[in-house]
Amino acid sequence: MKDIRLMKGNEAFAEGVIRAGCDGYFGYPITPQSEVLEYLAAQRADERTGMVVLQAESEIASIHMVYGGAACGKKVLTSSSSPGISLMQEGISFLAGTELPCLLLNVVRGGPGLGTIQPSQSDYFQAVKGGGHGDYKMIVLAPASVQEMYDFAKLGFDLAFKHRIQVMILSDGAIGQMMEKVELDDQVPRMTNEEIIQKYPWTTTGKTPDRERNIITSLDLNPVRQEIINRKLQEKFKKIQETEVRFERIQCDDAEYLFVAYGSSARICQKAVMLGRARGLKIGLLRPITLFPFPSDELAKLSKQVHGILCVEMSAGQMVEDVRLSVNGAVPVEHYGRLGGIIPAPDEVLHVLEENFINETMISESAAGGERKS
Amino acid sequence: MPDTITREEICQPENMIYCRTPLLTDAPLSYCPGCGHGTAHRLIMEVIEEMNLQADTIGVAPVGCSVLAYDFLDIDMQQAAHGRAPAVATGIKRLMPDKFVFTYQGDGDLAAIGTGETIHACNRGENITIFFVNNGIYGMTGGQMAPTTLPNMKTATSPFGRDVQTMGYPLKITELIAMLPGTYFVSRQSVHTPANVRKAKKAIEKAISYQKLNKGLSFVEIVSNCNSGWKMTPLESNKWMEENMFSFFPLGDIKVPK
Repeated sequence: MKDIRLMKGNEAFAEGVIRAGCDGYFGYPITPQSEVLEYLAAQRADERTGMVVLQAESEIASIHMVYGGAACGKKVLTSSSSPGISLMQEGISFLAGTELPCLLLNVVRGGPGLGTIQPSQSDYFQAVKGGGHGDYKMIVLAPASVQEMYDFAKLGFDLAFKHRIQVMILSDGAIGQMMEKVELDDQVPRMTNEEIIQKYPWTTTGKTPDRERNIITSLDLNPVRQEIINRKLQEKFKKIQETEVRFERIQCDDAEYLFVAYGSSARICQKAVMLGRARGLKIGLLRPITLFPFPSDELAKLSKQVHGILCVEMSAGQMVEDVRLSVNGAVPVEHYGRLGGIIPAPDEVLHVLEENFINETMISESAAGGERKS
Repeated sequence: MPDTITREEICQPENMIYCRTPLLTDAPLSYCPGCGHGTAHRLIMEVIEEMNLQADTIGVAPVGCSVLAYDFLDIDMQQAAHGRAPAVATGIKRLMPDKFVFTYQGDGDLAAIGTGETIHACNRGENITIFFVNNGIYGMTGGQMAPTTLPNMKTATSPFGRDVQTMGYPLKITELIAMLPGTYFVSRQSVHTPANVRKAKKAIEKAISYQKLNKGLSFVEIVSNCNSGWKMTPLESNKWMEENMFSFFPLGDIKVPK
C-alpha cells in the first residue's frame, strides 16, 4: 500500500532527507524554514537512521560543518532562508572549489536585508549565477509542490554525488509552508564507511598504507595549475548543461502565448493557463525545474512557435534575463513581478499577458487590415 | 681499521639517535628559518606515529602561515576557510566519531575571524583537538596586528605600537575557553628550547589521548616566535618572546582533568 501523507513543504523535505539515507544535517533556525530542523529533531532522525542532526551556532558554522562531512564522502546538507544563505556564500564557494557534493535548501523570503518572512523569488541570481566568489555554478532545482520538496531531497543527493557538485533546492516561503499530499518512498539505507571508501576514493577517511594521502583544498598558488583547475570546473558545468536540464511543458503543444515561471509562480501561471484556455486563448506554460542548467534550448524552440512570452517571478526580474538570452530576440519577452512577499493572483498574471500581447495584437490586427502581427 | 668511514657505514640503524618522523613528507617547509611551526608540526606527527594513528587521523589546516600544512603532513587533510576549522572538524568528528580529528590554527584564524567557531566548538564539548600556534602577528599576510598582539607592539597595521585605547586588548582566548565546561584539557606551551619541546610533546600526547575518552575538547596553545614579522633574528625573537610574551601568556597547563 502506498504511504501517502498530508505534509508541509518543509516537513516533506526533511522526511525526504531521512529517507534518502542522509548522514548529517547542520543548520540554524530562520523563518520560514525552521520546520526542517524541528521535524528532524522531533522525528528522532538519529534513532531512525543514525543520521546526525546538529543545531549550529550560525549559518557560517553550518555550511563549514557540511564541508567537513562532505569531504568524508557523507551525504550532508543544510537548510536556511535568504539572509542565512547570504552568510553561507563563503562556505559554498569553498565547496565549489573543492568539488564537494552536498545538498542546500533555500526557502526564499523577501529581501534585501532582513526584508520580510513572506515568500519571494528574489534570490535567483544568487543561486544561479554563483553567489559566492569565483567562477562556479551549482545545480539549482526549483520545486513547485510539496511532493517535489520531498522528491528533490533524494534527487538532489543523487545529482550532487553524480557530478561532485553542490545542489541547491530553491524553494520559497509558500512552497515551504503550504500543505499537500505526499507519496513517500521506502527508506534508502545509509552507506557504510567501507562503501564510501570503495565508491569515493577521494574522500578523507584516514590514510591507509595502500594509498597516498587525500587532501581536500581549493588552494593552488600556481596560476597555470589554477587555470587548469578552473577549466576543468567549467567543463563539468558544460556537461551538466548538456545532460541534466529538467523542465515541465504545460499545454505548450498548440500554445500561441507562453508563461515562463518556476516554483510558486509556476503554480499560479498553471491556473492562469486554465482560466485563459476556458476563454479560448491558446496559452501554455514552460516550467523550468532546473534553473541551472537552464532549459535554454527548449525556450529557443518555443520562441519559434509563440507570439509572446511573459516571465512571471516574485522578483523585480531575474530569471527573465535568462529567458531573453535563450530566446535571443526571436519573440517579445516581458516580465511581471510582485515584490516584498506579495504573491500574484492567477487572473492578475493572465490580465498582464493579455495586456502585453493579445490586446495589442488585436489592435494592430485591425490597424493592419486583419494581418497578424508576428 | 680503515682510515676513513663511509657515509653508508655511519647510516646504520644501530648508530641512529635522531631522525625525521616518517609522517613528515619530503616537501621543503615553507616557513621562515627560525619559526616554531616546523617544530610544532614535527611534534604532532611524532605523537601520531608513536600512537599508530596515521590511518585514523583527519587533520584540518587553517588560513595563515600553516595553510599548506597538508603539504608537510602525511595524513588525510582538509583545508578550511579562514577561521572555520573548528566547524569543519565538528562536521568530520560527528560523522566519523572513531577518527582522531584535529585542527591546526594560528592566532588570527582562531582568535579573530574564527572566534565564534572556536568558542562554540569548545562549548559543545566537541571531541576534537585544537593546536593553536600563537605568535601575536599575521605572518603570512606580512606582519599585521593580530588579536594576540601585545600592547605597544609594532606591526604593519599598528606601526606606532598597539594602542589598547583604540585597537583593543590582546585576547587571552585560551584562558577564556578553559572556563567552558566543554573543554577537558587546556595547556599552553612553547617549542623554543629542548626542555620546552619535551613539555610541549607531553601536552600534545595528553591532548591526543584524551580525545579517545569522548569527554570534550582538548586544546594546546603553542606560544611561538615570528622572527620575520617581528623583524628580529631567530635568537632575538626567542629572547623577546621569553621577556614579553610569556608574562602575558604564561606557560603551563591551564585546565587538567580532575
